[in-house]
Amino acid sequence: MISAEHITVTRSGRKLLDNVGIDLEAGKFTVVIGPNGAGKSTLMKVLSGEMKPDSGLVTYYGTDVELCQPVDLAKRRAVLPQATQLAFPFTALEIARMGAVAQGALNPTEQARQALSRVGLRGFESRPYPSLSGGEQQRVQFARVLAQVPQPVADGVPRALFLDEPTASLDLGHQISVLEIARDFASAGGMVLAILHDLNLAAEFADHLVVLNHGRVVAEGACAETVNDEIISSVYGIAGAVGRLPAAHIPYVLPQSRHR
Amino acid sequence: MMKALAMPFRPAADGDRTRQGAVMLGLLAVLLLAACLLSLGIGPTGVGLRDLWAYATGHGDSLTTRERVILEAVRLPRTALGLLVGAGLAVSGAMMQGLFRNPLADPGIVGVTSGAGLAAVAAIVLGNSILAPVAMLLGNQFLPLMAFFGGLFNTCMLYVIATRDGRTSTTALILCGIAIGALAAALMGLLIVMADDRQLRDITFWSLGSLGGATFGRVMSILPFIAIVLAIIPFVARGLDALILGDAAAFHMGIPVQRLKKVVIVAVAAACGSTVAVAGSIGFVGIVVPHLLRLTIGPSHRFLLPGSALGGGALLLIADCVARTVAAPAELPIGVVTALFGAPVFLFLLLGKNGISLRDMP
Repeated sequence: MISAEHITVTRSGRKLLDNVGIDLEAGKFTVVIGPNGAGKSTLMKVLSGEMKPDSGLVTYYGTDVELCQPVDLAKRRAVLPQATQLAFPFTALEIARMGAVAQGALNPTEQARQALSRVGLRGFESRPYPSLSGGEQQRVQFARVLAQVPQPVADGVPRALFLDEPTASLDLGHQISVLEIARDFASAGGMVLAILHDLNLAAEFADHLVVLNHGRVVAEGACAETVNDEIISSVYGIAGAVGRLPAAHIPYVLPQSRHR
Repeated sequence: MMKALAMPFRPAADGDRTRQGAVMLGLLAVLLLAACLLSLGIGPTGVGLRDLWAYATGHGDSLTTRERVILEAVRLPRTALGLLVGAGLAVSGAMMQGLFRNPLADPGIVGVTSGAGLAAVAAIVLGNSILAPVAMLLGNQFLPLMAFFGGLFNTCMLYVIATRDGRTSTTALILCGIAIGALAAALMGLLIVMADDRQLRDITFWSLGSLGGATFGRVMSILPFIAIVLAIIPFVARGLDALILGDAAAFHMGIPVQRLKKVVIVAVAAACGSTVAVAGSIGFVGIVVPHLLRLTIGPSHRFLLPGSALGGGALLLIADCVARTVAAPAELPIGVVTALFGAPVFLFLLLGKNGISLRDMP
């Protein structure tokens, strides 16, 4: 289990995170939602070991993250960043291969190929990264992350996927397929933490939903308890939007209805 | 031409350029060997490749003493020096471009060379006066170490000024290089006023670059610096690859980012400073060689860095052969030759489709 307790981060006199605690459990898909500037990305940086909180403790199976070497952390969790631009023309395969190398794969090139085909980019191996569209670049990065933690559980220890807005530049179909891969990862015993802006996707995929606002956890639990009018209107300022159909003249698309 | 050059090296359909990288290293090794033979075997004195062959196969008795001296005491150290200097320049260029995540970061363009050159000139002019105690302390390594610290100081300063939140702005990098270069030129002007005739000649030599003064002493004084830089290549290649994706992503992939950066900064300063100390400032090798390699085998440092070492050595030896022969018996400064070749290639790269796209610059 990866957990954070009493995390506080202050930057320029502003509390980005204020006494936040979160537990990532094996087999669970945890989703963090909240408005811009709520502290979601900061929380992910603290959990991944990238940022040192001003106070509070992050532990990986009881070990303080400060005491872990980067190379050991890299075998336990992989992080998908928001959009990444490169000034050097690596191919899609070479990017994905970096993830496989990071976890010490014996045949990194083969693992990179598998990861690319898992995200639907078979045939894109030789494409230079800068020539890909934003959505394709994002999926190449996702392949890199999958190549870094190919097994949800290895040596009896669950691995973690940290996804910072994984659906940001993707079309509807790919938004769902990326989150389905993440959900399969969790179902197979891994841990997933994702930051999402789309509340419909969050409600569909989250086993555990955390609502952040102004650096604090304002609600957490199953979606049925957390996505309600009271919380959504207090956090986002949008009232009366949960579970109601829009006016008759506006068509609407609810991807989660595909399962009915 | 550049396109034709890159054609056989288009990424294989499966996106894996490992084989191309290995083939390229082999080709460069052959090229370097040929360049070494050329450098040993040509010159205005009439000692040619045939004499070299006789010497190498143990039939040296057929050579006159003079011919043997030319081979052993003139051409051999000069070739060894050219090899080390070329390798050092190209590898420090490639490492710096990786560190700054920017294909325009060349030690010459961003002012690291001028910092090292200034320190070297200071060592020449002030070595008998203010800096005499330091000169005593460092002995034979006084000049290379001074140049090393000059280069190190400038690299650190550049990094602090031009890098914000782990991203280096090209504009800040280049502007910073211009300012540092101007400052170094001004301070060098002050030193020139203080210099005597012999020192002035040395200073002219630094500013244009030359392998002319090659001795085994010089070879030995730069050998440890270049050997260390070449020896760390296998340990930094993967980290520099990961660093291209950003500091955070590199950390997530298990790279100790701060430690890597410190090692690379010191390595760049060591390679750059020591080469300036023995051969003066020689431009464009550090940007042209890595860039041509990236066009053919891709940006991955596991082939780029060793390839730069081989290609840089070969390019500098060939340039030195040109410098020695075109105006024989006079000799051109090698910096003039590399600039005459490198500057147009650099401009072509800025222009070309395959080259450095200014739009992609951060």
